[in-house]
Amino acid sequence: MAELRLEGRSAAPGMALGELVRLRRATAARTASDDPAQEARALRAAMAAALADLAALLAGADAEGGAILEFQVAMLEDDLLAAPALGAIAAGRSAHEAWSEALEAEAAGYESADDEYFRARAADLRDIRDRVLAHLCGTAGAVQLPAGAIVAGEDLAPSDFLSIDWSRGGALALMGGSPTSHVAMLARSRGVPAVVGLGPMLAELSGEALVDAFRGVVVVRPGAETRRAFEQTAQRRREADNRAAAAARTPAATADGTAVRVLLNIADPAELDGLDPALCDGIGLVRTELLFHAGRGLPDEDTQYLTYRRIVEWAAGRPVTVRTLDAGGDKPIDGLTLDAETNPFLGVRGLRLCFQRPAVFMTQLRALARAAVHGELKVMLPMVTLPRELAQARALLGEAVASLGSAGVAARMPALGIMVEVPACAVAADLFDADFYSIGSNDLAQYVAAAGRDVPALADLADPVQPAMLRLIAGVVAAARMRGVEVSLCGDAGGEPAAISWLLHAGLRSLSMAPPLVGRAKLAIAACDLRRPLEGPPWRP
Amino acid sequence: MNDTPLTGSALLTNAVGLHARPSVKLTQLAKKFAARVEFALDPAGPWFDAKSPVQVMRAKAPRGATLHFRCQGDGAAEALKAMLALVERHFDEPRAEDATIDGRASS
Repeated sequence: MAELRLEGRSAAPGMALGELVRLRRATAARTASDDPAQEARALRAAMAAALADLAALLAGADAEGGAILEFQVAMLEDDLLAAPALGAIAAGRSAHEAWSEALEAEAAGYESADDEYFRARAADLRDIRDRVLAHLCGTAGAVQLPAGAIVAGEDLAPSDFLSIDWSRGGALALMGGSPTSHVAMLARSRGVPAVVGLGPMLAELSGEALVDAFRGVVVVRPGAETRRAFEQTAQRRREADNRAAAAARTPAATADGTAVRVLLNIADPAELDGLDPALCDGIGLVRTELLFHAGRGLPDEDTQYLTYRRIVEWAAGRPVTVRTLDAGGDKPIDGLTLDAETNPFLGVRGLRLCFQRPAVFMTQLRALARAAVHGELKVMLPMVTLPRELAQARALLGEAVASLGSAGVAARMPALGIMVEVPACAVAADLFDADFYSIGSNDLAQYVAAAGRDVPALADLADPVQPAMLRLIAGVVAAARMRGVEVSLCGDAGGEPAAISWLLHAGLRSLSMAPPLVGRAKLAIAACDLRRPLEGPPWRP
Repeated sequence: MNDTPLTGSALLTNAVGLHARPSVKLTQLAKKFAARVEFALDPAGPWFDAKSPVQVMRAKAPRGATLHFRCQGDGAAEALKAMLALVERHFDEPRAEDATIDGRASS
């Protein structure tokens, strides 16, 4: 039989080849009793058994899976969910029919929502429905699948996904489903390739199947030619991943042998767990906003000190640049940032806000001065506009160090630098008495282009490597050389392979990026030859 | 006991509205209070029982909606304050913007 190609939407990237297995819970005919009271008892017992299943699954679930199961538990524990079914049973309907109809009505309500996210929750309700039905019909039990199977179905219940052993490979091929469903989220977090929206034809098919979840394609009973192409693509993906993984562990240099420092951007020390410090030449940006979230109020000096110290100790002698609180703009913090600014990106944010909240700022500066004793910690100020702001912050940092010293607490005056993200600062960078510069290309690009980061339609205007940006970056690099201080870049462009050669040609030799981007970025650096000028305009046509 | 309901409203700013996880948090918090806790998307109603996950999900409150709360009975003032605070701190979830703080895919 000829191969059959089905197109859907990618819900989790990856590729797999395996046996197509249609997943359906076994159904069995159930004979209802004539006694409404007995039917109601049967339904309640099945619901209790389903709750016990969920509790058992919950015990072995990770955070992502756990949250989904908790939602199902909460729904099942709500008397309101079964109320329509119990009403129908009292009027003479059988337990399984009444339950199916009631849950289908509830699911249909979700499917009428405007928002795809709410529509996707219908799958969670059907998961609850089927689990209870299985207990009613006596067919409950774990799903058994061959190793590495391509699991096909209309949609997959999150609880079924969690009960499948994915350690031996496999993929998901769904006729319906949605990339925003819980099962899609689970697939992404577990690295299981998933394609959704493949259409009803899949139900009739069996045999071997190829899943290319990068492109959202499933090929059933693939021919020799398709297999070969698939193997080649999969091989290329594996090689690219392996090359990136290998490159990540070696120091970065361009094709002409120019060394480039690669630094990490992190928002939470937990991101460093399991990472080898040899991956990087230091940490170029520690965002401290996360410490101020989580509804716990503002973090005290000791909490901050311990967090900064943990990061510095992880870096084992490598420099760590911590950005002082950059709240405001698109990062509001309850009880700290100002409400009702008409244009928060041009408002009291970053260092401007810290000057208005001196107690909060001083607490952070004291914690940083204490952590600086444990390694190469540097302090970076966001949203600096005029040189006097840097002078004012330096004076406050000096006060913090002095007061800690007179109280007998170990502290040190760290290097104090600035994030270059306000055009006024970028244009006059040489006038700032900074110990280092770090270019915040995301904000700088939006301010230079007058195109907000929160406006997707304008994303191409705020291109971080457009000519105006490259001129500004070259200017900041020249100012840093003249003043004999370091300069790096810590916006998203620093980790984008397509932008990296432009940044290196503009004179940067230090880039900071999210940890998962390091491998590919180092490959992009190695591919860049600074002896040869770049061709073509640095903007996308 | 004061029988006049206390009311207040807060803007729903978490990434995808009052979906599965936030609705569980909302009901868990509401159940801590003896007071009757209800919410609506419109001050004119319909009102949903904030202690019932089924009702909270039926509200299908999208991001950007204003949640109007109405609390009545024992501890109504504390309940109202706690519910508004939960919504205002985005249900302790990272905000969409924060998940990719400087995040804009640009190439």
